[in-house]
Amino acid sequence: MDRLYGTHKPTGLVQKSILAVGSGIMSIADPSRDDMISIFGETTGGLALKYMQEKMVIDPEGDRILKERPIINSKTVDLEYLKTLPIGTLGKTYSNFLVKYNLTPDARRPVSFIDDSELAYIMRRYREIHDLTHVTLGMPINMLGEVTVKWFEGIQYGLPMCVLGAFFGPLRLGPKHTAKYLHLTLPWIVRTARQSRSFMNVYFEKHWHKSLNEFRRELNILEPPPKI
Amino acid sequence: MFIRTLSSINRFSLLSILRTHSTTSNTTHFGFDEVPENEKQTRVNEVFSSVADSYDLMNDIMSFGIHRIWKDHFIRIVRPDPQWNYIDVAGGTGDIAFRYLKELDRYYPSAASSIPLSESPITPTHTYIADSLEQTRIRPTSKCVVADINPNMLAVGKQRSIDNNLHNRIQWIETNAEELPFEDEQFDVYTIAFGIRNCTHIDRVVSEAYRVLKKGGRFLCLEFSQVNNTLLRYFYDQYSKTFIPPMGQIIANDWKSYQYLIESIRVFPKQKEFAELIRSCNFRYVNYENLSFGVSAIHSGYKL
Repeated sequence: MDRLYGTHKPTGLVQKSILAVGSGIMSIADPSRDDMISIFGETTGGLALKYMQEKMVIDPEGDRILKERPIINSKTVDLEYLKTLPIGTLGKTYSNFLVKYNLTPDARRPVSFIDDSELAYIMRRYREIHDLTHVTLGMPINMLGEVTVKWFEGIQYGLPMCVLGAFFGPLRLGPKHTAKYLHLTLPWIVRTARQSRSFMNVYFEKHWHKSLNEFRRELNILEPPPKI
Repeated sequence: MFIRTLSSINRFSLLSILRTHSTTSNTTHFGFDEVPENEKQTRVNEVFSSVADSYDLMNDIMSFGIHRIWKDHFIRIVRPDPQWNYIDVAGGTGDIAFRYLKELDRYYPSAASSIPLSESPITPTHTYIADSLEQTRIRPTSKCVVADINPNMLAVGKQRSIDNNLHNRIQWIETNAEELPFEDEQFDVYTIAFGIRNCTHIDRVVSEAYRVLKKGGRFLCLEFSQVNNTLLRYFYDQYSKTFIPPMGQIIANDWKSYQYLIESIRVFPKQKEFAELIRSCNFRYVNYENLSFGVSAIHSGYKL
């Protein structure tokens, strides 16, 4: 098989199986190996990526994303411009989010083990909009916030890695967060994930100037539960 | 993202939260952290120690532990002698050198205490670095020298030698195998194990070996080679291409290095060609011995 994109590493079925099983075990055995998580996602996500592709093709904005293949990194996103936007807009909130948690949009691992150029792009887009998903849902980076976003992604995209993270992540929550999770957050996020537009169809880069509340209304996102 | 949360509560980030944001004059950066300068080297060493450990684990898994047998056999062929000046090139983490010294102790137990100890280096963690050829060439300060181009591997080897109580008997040198900093004719035995394949100019490495060996000295190379049996070669190729890069990714987080490994093995000269190359550098009585049906081979030559 030839290399279909820059970071492509062609693999056969046996190699993918080794990677899937090995990365699954290593992700749990050594949580600091974030590369294992991404590889697990790539090797198990084949079916889900096709499902996501179908949903994107039939939506006009999603189809546009597939044709234009926008990329989110510090070169393509003008972070200085985002800082100048008024408070309460998507762009300003995203900028504050990055600054607050000391993040950069460049931190995503490149896709290597997906043997189709468009599906590889979809995987890449999924990774790159993860922070924007946090911002749009209003979820922080703590364990509860991450689990919530995983639920959302698992329901909307069907990626096994998200689903597993959503099921097993809550086991690590403390008692206060667990109570909040069970009574408030989980019902809200499941309802939201099912009702709102698929985030893969959202061309975030065209909406920086929009007010966050208006943006959420357009996407049909319900009001998040209050912070503790 | 999930994992960023988990790893964000590890001790390194706790440390950076506790420290102030300004850099004082005796702190430096270790990634995003602010650490005292003397701590940085320890931290760097820890990172490379774990990298070296995972590469060792890969060696065991790829060869099913057989690499240990190859190396043990190699040392038995070397037959260490306490009077020799010995150099192991590209031997960073000390695998071969430690075996050499242990074999020496087994056959010459009383000699262990009579071997002159190496001079202490300038500072305890400093390995001699050969800067340029304009500098005067040096002589070895120990009967056992380990040379490697990678300072991190040397640091790991040094630490392991301390753990194995062999620290005083080894001189560590950071240098390129194609240009050794030693004067001519300093060594009785020169070994290079699984290192020559990675050098840019194999012929220059062998020529340098010839230069630093005394008359009567022996050159020994343990390296991957070609499997001669067609059927076995087929299975060996399938095994290498299918299993080794993914295992490298999972264990060592390094697909590329192991892809390079299996390709460089096939590009390296066959047994006879390599023997010819050694002969062309003026070594005599050059021959080779296949190990594991040619998966690796030991080449030997004498300077006469």
